Amino acid sequence: MQGKVLFFAQMREQMGAASAAWDLPEGSRVRDLLASLEASHPGIGPLRPHLAVAMNGELVRADTMLAAGAELALLPPVSGG
Amino acid sequence: MAELTLAAIDQAALQARAIRADCGAVIVFLGTTRDHHDGRRVLQLAYEAYESMALEALARLEREACERFEVSHCEVTHRLGEVPPTEASVVVVVSAAHRGAAYEASRWVMDELKARVPIWKRERFEDGNSQWVDGTPLR
Repeated sequence: MQGKVLFFAQMREQMGAASAAWDLPEGSRVRDLLASLEASHPGIGPLRPHLAVAMNGELVRADTMLAAGAELALLPPVSGG
Repeated sequence: MAELTLAAIDQAALQARAIRADCGAVIVFLGTTRDHHDGRRVLQLAYEAYESMALEALARLEREACERFEVSHCEVTHRLGEVPPTEASVVVVVSAAHRGAAYEASRWVMDELKARVPIWKRERFEDGNSQWVDGTPLR
């Protein structure tokens, strides 16, 4: 099961890219995606508890099941205005 | 209509659209770049957004402002990219029959914007350093 994940602000800098492809087994959840990213990029560890996650533009929880083809977005605390 | 723009915000156009025969009050709020933070000189702010989601969130704030308060019109524009001191990063325009509701709605929109819209700002200081501004968990 594959999809795309977008990174913003501090998360983009830690990942060294604005986006990446994800490829995880059927039944994977949002937290599995976060864990796989942290495994390859341990530098995101301190940010992880503060991230909001969106799937296809809607906020989701860590236990939400990933949908095939979904666009995920990892969103650090926001500071617009 | 909610907008994100890399160019300077045209506040005159926003204000002109907000003036209506059924409204006696128009509040125009500008959020502008400040040249200092915690005693350090700020050269500019740089904004980025998850644009599709941010636009939807801004449009939702406009609609909710009209539902929650006695206001007839609400429009929010947020700038992205680099914004030097004195220039506006955000403009909120609210029109209402009476000023009380317009003031309340204008403040509510800015408070909500800071927690509900996926936009981030980075401060660049005179000493060459820069940092992401401490944020609020998105809800």
